[in-house]
Amino acid sequence: MSSDLTELYQQVILDHNRRPRNKGRLPTANRVAHGDNPTCGDQCHVYLRMEGDRIADISFEGSGCAISQASASLMTTQVKGKTAAEAEELYRQFHEIVTSGKEPEEISDLAAFSGVHAFPARIKCATLGWHAALNALKGEAAPATTETHSD
Amino acid sequence: MSSPWDRIREDFPVLHQTVNGKPLVYLDNAATAQKPKTVIDALSRFYETDNANVHRGLHALSMRSTDAYEGARSRIARFIHAAEPEEIIFTRGTTDSINLVASSWGGANLKPGDAILLTEMEHHSNLVPWQLVAQKTGAKLRYLPVTGDDGLLDLSQLDHLLTTEVKLFAFTHISNTLATINPVAELCARAKKVGAVTVVDAAQSVGHMPLDVSEIGCDFLSFSGHKMAGPTGIGVLYGRKALLDAMPPWQGGGGMIANVDLFSSTYKPSPERFEAGTPNFADAYALGVACDYLDNLGRPEIQRHDGELARRAYARLAELPGIRLIGPPGERGGLVSFALRDVHAHDVVTFADQDGIALRGGHHCNQPLMKKLGLTSTARASFYVYNTPEEIDVLVASLRRILKFFGGA
Repeated sequence: MSSDLTELYQQVILDHNRRPRNKGRLPTANRVAHGDNPTCGDQCHVYLRMEGDRIADISFEGSGCAISQASASLMTTQVKGKTAAEAEELYRQFHEIVTSGKEPEEISDLAAFSGVHAFPARIKCATLGWHAALNALKGEAAPATTETHSD
Repeated sequence: MSSPWDRIREDFPVLHQTVNGKPLVYLDNAATAQKPKTVIDALSRFYETDNANVHRGLHALSMRSTDAYEGARSRIARFIHAAEPEEIIFTRGTTDSINLVASSWGGANLKPGDAILLTEMEHHSNLVPWQLVAQKTGAKLRYLPVTGDDGLLDLSQLDHLLTTEVKLFAFTHISNTLATINPVAELCARAKKVGAVTVVDAAQSVGHMPLDVSEIGCDFLSFSGHKMAGPTGIGVLYGRKALLDAMPPWQGGGGMIANVDLFSSTYKPSPERFEAGTPNFADAYALGVACDYLDNLGRPEIQRHDGELARRAYARLAELPGIRLIGPPGERGGLVSFALRDVHAHDVVTFADQDGIALRGGHHCNQPLMKKLGLTSTARASFYVYNTPEEIDVLVASLRRILKFFGGA
């Protein structure tokens, strides 16, 4: 097993892929957005229950590779309870991690995705769930697509 | 006596490299095939010695270039047993060819109340052009179903689907995902009984098996050069001459006209009518050389070779736990698609790539088929003349490591 691969598929990612958190429809959601990755066929629905500016609850549904599913799962655990602005800041950090491979100074599970930067074709897998969540925060009805967003 | 198969891997320069520190195992041939040195050299030689724009030119190079281009047309006509070279139209590839038929023939002949019959296993390139022309003309789409994981067309449905409303029946020769070899001659004969025009997508078959358009009995047939050891950007539409000459132009421009006035023009007969602008003559010439290369190997031998690899791969992969193989278990084209229960196809492809293996993972431009089978993606290994049984061993060993990695802990 090459070291790049074990960096890509870290235990945190394998764990979230095998036992996704907050997966399934959220009956109390008041925002929903869909993301897709047309070249891969990966799909992700994100459901949000906003209370004021805060994400009171979040879930996702979807299918795709281990990277996309684990990333969506981890994303839900990271943004739950956060404000929209805090969630956007987390995405900024996450994006920096997956594109540069630099781990954040503060200890964070998001660092598990640092190995993705060595596989540029997989960056859009890692960002799919985040794009859907950010669109849901903006209340946009249109599907997020990794083909039109910058990764 | 030596055979061109003995040292076949030496004919393909690209094979001799390592990827991620491992010898390249190229199993993505259904997406595009590698090119033999003779094709690569023909292309360079053409640009180095003969390059000039074709037709109209009266100088030496233009005449040589025209001879090379028209020679390739004749060569390809012989390759698929067309009645005459004028039945060969050069296009950018299979997609371009099908769009030409859909726009030109479909636009002129389809009307509300008509039906277009397709199958559920069509590649998006033999599906979306028909959706577009159906929207424009008011014709309706119908689909011949696929039976299930065994990937056969449900021919029992043909009688009630292939009715006199059907004006055109388009179907693939070999499925790029299922590897099913469809009974194209039978389908054409059935279509003829109701007066429907037939369009065969031969992208996955023409470079892999003997193909004779007169035996198939089709009206149109399309394929790409790059999947049959030829260059990218060149493809072919075969059409029966009588049909082609009755069709309106698709694109307008130089080369396709007889006479141009300010407000109207008259057009040349086929094939020029459908080749507006400077054609891709260099790649067409090299495609003719690819035909020579394949015929020197022998297309019955190629079919036997690829089919044996596919059946061997199918049998070996079937031993893996949690694997789902789609497509017919017996007779099949040279590829195998599979889904692992616990590992997504893109993870399979990334892992295999680290072992130097080139696979493809995804919906393979077959989204309706994937939905029908309840899948979002498969991984696919597809074979060509230079692949070996040992490469299947490398693939199986890699897949076992993948299963262990994702199954463990």
